[in-house]
Amino acid sequence: MAQMNMVQAINSALRAEMERDASIVVLGEDVGVDGGVFRVTEGLIERFGPGRVIDTPLSEACIVGVSIGMALNGLRPVAEIQFMGFSYLALDQVINHAARIRNRSRGRLHVPIVVRMPYGGGIKALEHHSESTEALYTQVPGLKVVAPSTPREAKGLLTSSIRDQDPVIFLEPTRSYRLLREEVEEDEFTIPLGRSRTVREGDDVTVVGWGAMMPLIEEATRRADGEGVSVEVIDLRTLSPMDSASIVASVKKTGRAVVVHEAPKTCGLGAEIVARINEKALLSLEAPVERVAAPDVTVPLPKGEHHYYPSPDRIYRAIRRAAEF
Amino acid sequence: MVLARTADTKAVTLQRQGRMGAYPPSRGQEASQLGPALALTDGDWVIPGFRELTALIWRGAPLWRLFLFWSGNEEGSLYPDGVNVTPSVIPVGDQIPHAVGVSYASKLRGEDAVALVYIGDGGTSQGGFHEGLNMAGVLKTPTIVVCQNNQYAISVPRSQQTASRTIAQKAVAYGFPGILVDGNDVLALYVAAKAAVERARRGEGPTLIESYTYRLGDHTTSDDASRYRGEEELRKWEAKDPLKRFRLYLEAKGLWDQGQEDEAWKEAEKTVEEEVERALSHPAPSAEDVFRFTYETMPPELAEQLETLKRESGEGGGD
Repeated sequence: MAQMNMVQAINSALRAEMERDASIVVLGEDVGVDGGVFRVTEGLIERFGPGRVIDTPLSEACIVGVSIGMALNGLRPVAEIQFMGFSYLALDQVINHAARIRNRSRGRLHVPIVVRMPYGGGIKALEHHSESTEALYTQVPGLKVVAPSTPREAKGLLTSSIRDQDPVIFLEPTRSYRLLREEVEEDEFTIPLGRSRTVREGDDVTVVGWGAMMPLIEEATRRADGEGVSVEVIDLRTLSPMDSASIVASVKKTGRAVVVHEAPKTCGLGAEIVARINEKALLSLEAPVERVAAPDVTVPLPKGEHHYYPSPDRIYRAIRRAAEF
Repeated sequence: MVLARTADTKAVTLQRQGRMGAYPPSRGQEASQLGPALALTDGDWVIPGFRELTALIWRGAPLWRLFLFWSGNEEGSLYPDGVNVTPSVIPVGDQIPHAVGVSYASKLRGEDAVALVYIGDGGTSQGGFHEGLNMAGVLKTPTIVVCQNNQYAISVPRSQQTASRTIAQKAVAYGFPGILVDGNDVLALYVAAKAAVERARRGEGPTLIESYTYRLGDHTTSDDASRYRGEEELRKWEAKDPLKRFRLYLEAKGLWDQGQEDEAWKEAEKTVEEEVERALSHPAPSAEDVFRFTYETMPPELAEQLETLKRESGEGGGD
């Protein structure tokens, strides 16, 4: 075990997997000599060479398109998109090809690629650098979408994503990259995709979140807990395919739920979670399911971001509303 | 080429009869498709767009599956193992980066396989073309890009697609050779492609081949080309029909006669009838088939949706 932040944990996962499997390649803008703009791929080019760690021209569509071709011919590419806001340039390749080639070829071909991208706000960045548009991807059949919340989670989930036989969009919460350090296994290990994690158990309210929302949820939960509201917290981890069974089981127990995301409220993933709770646990509900989300506006630049970003206080208030309904 | 022409004509007829879906005719582009493919060996890859019938047949995609595909069944793209051909790509230009990736993988492993990718003149306006060629040049991948310049992207003529004098010259900007070839001369294309393949195998990188040809048919069976091009132009290109040209060449060399010609067409008719019969009698996909290739393992939510669908349709799926 070693103390790692999320950047180091992801680097450790890439390194371990590349040691294990020579078919894994890393490609993207500045991922080689520079080690990535967040230093996630630092040292990989020295260890594995420029054939397997590829500094590409500046073309998101081509980074994903070339990854697809590599995967069709036996490689397992891990592509990096520098920021989620630039991933839209590659949406065509992701939606029209990566997600569909297994189906298009009736299972003869498949596209085991991982497209990593930092996502989310809270880092005082330029426009396009704070996006959290995971619902664009969770709407697409054939994709898996993963969003880790801690360093250890990031390593285990990335390792599983690399080994997965389907294309995975791997969303790294930029805000959490260096937020905290924790003990992480230095050797390889996996955390299965498609299963959520119950961070803490409670009886009164279920709170569901992922990625950078988890530390905020924990802060809100501690406050509610201090006031006698027992909160169960679920870290969704894999956004698609979603572990709705765990959410439903928890809501059946608590009867109340709050969903938290930093994406805009309308058609955000929270709406889907609420719908699934309604389908499977309506008669257990004691209160309307609360959504703490960003408003339906463009992500503001840093000076206005506090109007946008969910805060522990907003989450706390939602928990109280659900508990007191 | 005779087989492809026969199959192509049949496909248009079947669509007109309502027995097959929309289909993009290859008529007139047989040499353009076949010539480059002749330069490949078994381990090489073909990455098609959607108007490459002749190349797909030559590379071992079963004809009945191609009919099945155009009749609206994904199983038509289930080519046999060992056939290094990817399924047809409909969004124009997207397949070029795939070819760069496929050929990069071969190069990284030290194999000598190349990837040959087809695109049309319309596709050269897409990002996939420019970004793909740029990356192929930078990574020096063994990629051969064949642009079938058939003069039209549906209705838009080549002159409105690009202000470049040729498509071939675009390669210069990406740092590798581009060559303009008579696209109705199957041997010229073979020679050009062979040089490009050898160059790629020597590790010298990609080549762009502009195959200057003409689409004698409509863009697809949903199109009416008489809306945007004249009869006179069509007649001019019909006179350059690649099948006719190759036949005249062979006859002049004493390698082919009328008897062989008649026999070839008769045999092609028979083959096509059999393949069409097989395709049209193939069962429609079951509900399971529609669901089960979305992921390697069906997620619980999807399994539940499938069960609900089957229950509500009162059967085990299919139609």
